[in-house]
Amino acid sequence: MSRDLRTAFLSMIIFTVLLGLGYPLLMTGLAQGIFPGKANGSLIKRGDVVVGSALIGQQFYEPLIGSDGKQVVVKGVAQTQPDPRYFQTRPSSTSDNAAGSAFSNLGPNNRTTLVAFRGYIATYLALNRAPDGRLYDPAVTRASEIPVDAVDDSASSIDPDISVANARIQAYRVAAVRGLPLSTIDALLATYTTGRSLGFLGEPGVDVLELNLALDRLSGSR
Amino acid sequence: MTVNGWLQIVVFCAALIIASPFLGRYMAKVYTGERVFLTPVFGGVERLLYRCFLIDSKQEQDWKRYARSLIIFSLAGWIILYVILRTASIQPWNDYGGIAYHAAPWDVTFNTVSSFLTNTNWQYYGGETTLTYFSQMAGLTVQNFASAAVGIVVAVALVRGIAGRSGKSLGNFYSDIVKTVLYVLLPLSFISALILISQGSIQNIAHYVSAHGITGVAQTIAMGPVASQEAIKLVGTNGGGFFNVNSAHPFENPNGFTNFYEMWIVLIIPAALVWMYGRMVGSRRQAMAIFATMFVMFIGGVAVAYAAEAHGSPAQHAAGLHTQVIANSTGGNMEGKEQRFGIAGSAIFDVVTTVTSCGAVNSSIESYTGLGGAIPFANLSASEVIFGGVGTGLYSMLEYVLLAVFIGGLMVGRTPEYLGKKVEAKEIKLVAIGILITPLAALFSTALATASAAGRASIFNGGPQGFSETFYAYLSQANNNGSAFAGYTGFIQPNAGNAGSHGVLLADLLGGFTAMFARYAPIVFALAIAGALAGKRVSPVGLGTMRTDNGTFVVLLIGVIVLVGALTFFPALLLGPIVQALTGHLYN
Repeated sequence: MSRDLRTAFLSMIIFTVLLGLGYPLLMTGLAQGIFPGKANGSLIKRGDVVVGSALIGQQFYEPLIGSDGKQVVVKGVAQTQPDPRYFQTRPSSTSDNAAGSAFSNLGPNNRTTLVAFRGYIATYLALNRAPDGRLYDPAVTRASEIPVDAVDDSASSIDPDISVANARIQAYRVAAVRGLPLSTIDALLATYTTGRSLGFLGEPGVDVLELNLALDRLSGSR
Repeated sequence: MTVNGWLQIVVFCAALIIASPFLGRYMAKVYTGERVFLTPVFGGVERLLYRCFLIDSKQEQDWKRYARSLIIFSLAGWIILYVILRTASIQPWNDYGGIAYHAAPWDVTFNTVSSFLTNTNWQYYGGETTLTYFSQMAGLTVQNFASAAVGIVVAVALVRGIAGRSGKSLGNFYSDIVKTVLYVLLPLSFISALILISQGSIQNIAHYVSAHGITGVAQTIAMGPVASQEAIKLVGTNGGGFFNVNSAHPFENPNGFTNFYEMWIVLIIPAALVWMYGRMVGSRRQAMAIFATMFVMFIGGVAVAYAAEAHGSPAQHAAGLHTQVIANSTGGNMEGKEQRFGIAGSAIFDVVTTVTSCGAVNSSIESYTGLGGAIPFANLSASEVIFGGVGTGLYSMLEYVLLAVFIGGLMVGRTPEYLGKKVEAKEIKLVAIGILITPLAALFSTALATASAAGRASIFNGGPQGFSETFYAYLSQANNNGSAFAGYTGFIQPNAGNAGSHGVLLADLLGGFTAMFARYAPIVFALAIAGALAGKRVSPVGLGTMRTDNGTFVVLLIGVIVLVGALTFFPALLLGPIVQALTGHLYN
């Protein structure tokens, strides 16, 4: 018995050194040497500032300004709203928290899920409407005309991509708000659409952060 | 559903069928002590490890000694992992998440340790909010290797028992463990980690990154040595993600290709073990019969899950959403799914991860439709024999094979025999108990959790979904799977974060005990069966011998698996997923 115990502990300790430190640190060394950009999170910088990761979704929100010209604060939390100048990512149950990912865990047969969907649909439709009441994309007036990815929570809560259909609808808004021709935005969309891997694996999508950065470069803003 | 979706399914199956025999042949060589191409690389390390472990690798063990080594090895692993996870506050790199990380409470740690030891890898913690890099590497990654190796060596021992022509020996436990780690798990993990890193999976020891978004929204991005753990998590059908959302996280699974590769690498060892078995018993046809059984059940699950998810959920339809495929949109139930995987990529992953004991997820199973969510239930109810976990799948399947042989023998009125060895009362008793332990543990724990207020405290969604969450939690832990209807305790754990990390006592303890009981008891029975068969004389095949390598036997075997699973679990399944699949009603 004591012999067995000795071997068991010896082997686990040696495995811990070999597989728990040796293997991950070797991989880290190789990764940092061969793929430094990817191994460190595919971070995107603008100037000296890290604006995010190409692989991680984020919120493109602006402060919500009340009628008094100040940012609205509810229960101590400063309120924000989607910035219409930018493409918006999918709904996220964590507000795109990249340091604490979580599922929404909304059940398929639950009323809370329906309430969440209705909220997302209202937000999406409101974003499609200009301050003067005009529709940016005249073809989108109700739930059935919205692509599902735009109003369903992603799994990771930080999905970097949106569907091409979703992006095409948002393109109307972005073009109008920025005063750019729709064809220019659509051309940009085509550039930042990632196809299926090897032509058939997964689904095409548009990386929202990269697209928005390209938009800013185009507009020459900032 | 789309043509492209079905194309992915077909190519995936082809990739599995084509590649697995090669790995199977390689593994057969490893376990029969033949020279393989990696022998020059690892031969020296192997002998050095034997010396360090103070063992004689040539010393043969009977089933009792083999089982004893296994249990004590696991005990040592349990203690060491518990110590590592509980000492987070004094570990290096423990403040890389922005605050100094403390250990999770003892009950959460008990659950985590028990589940990682048993290849379950249930997550009552959120990786990036709870664990230090050191805990993830030196703690969890090590057990990802060790627990996978334990599963594989039990299968190898059982195969040796069936194939054995003389004596009682099943091999040497430590020799098998070392061979599994060095020649199988480590090389596959090494290659897989590199492939994942090349696609965008991260691998660093760095502080979490503070990003300043273009509209001024601040974002903290979690970092870490992800790819190395991701690789072994899949290769060893472990399934415990570096991050809370597991393989749905873009840093664990960056694109459509990695998604495909991750599914393939999960299934490759369980599938290869079948071919290894065929070579070790000297009959390719026997392996083909078992492979066919697994494959038919697998593809059935994929087809149903894909169709159900493509159809959309009742909540979506009630909200007025259009869930058909339209141009440039996936359609379907995208709640809890990632755009880059879409419906097909999520549905295949869902089935792959629940037929094996992997339990990694790339989408939220809780948000699957009733029918789509019933598929994981069905896979778990079949006791993880559809390819199954590394090793566990094969040894559990072989028990079902013995049961089918016995039932078939009764039907034709002859003494049942398998590969020339008589299956007698003793073996069938062991098989029956071995098969029934897991369902017993699952149902007992579910009943306890459902019947007590302490258990019901963990429920997140109302209606039948609440029961599904509970049932799935214990069914998954009993099968050592580890995938979850993650709403179960998910609103407290793991979302509590580190500063306020706290456990749900009953869920933590019950889950941990369920996982351990349903892991080690079946292992002991599997080894006992191996021991009982090892010493048996082989009688020549006669005219009346029931064949176990043809289509009839495949049908019989599927029938037995479905029947045992259905008889055991049907009443419970009726209360949860089946109700949901049949109704469009929304519950509060």
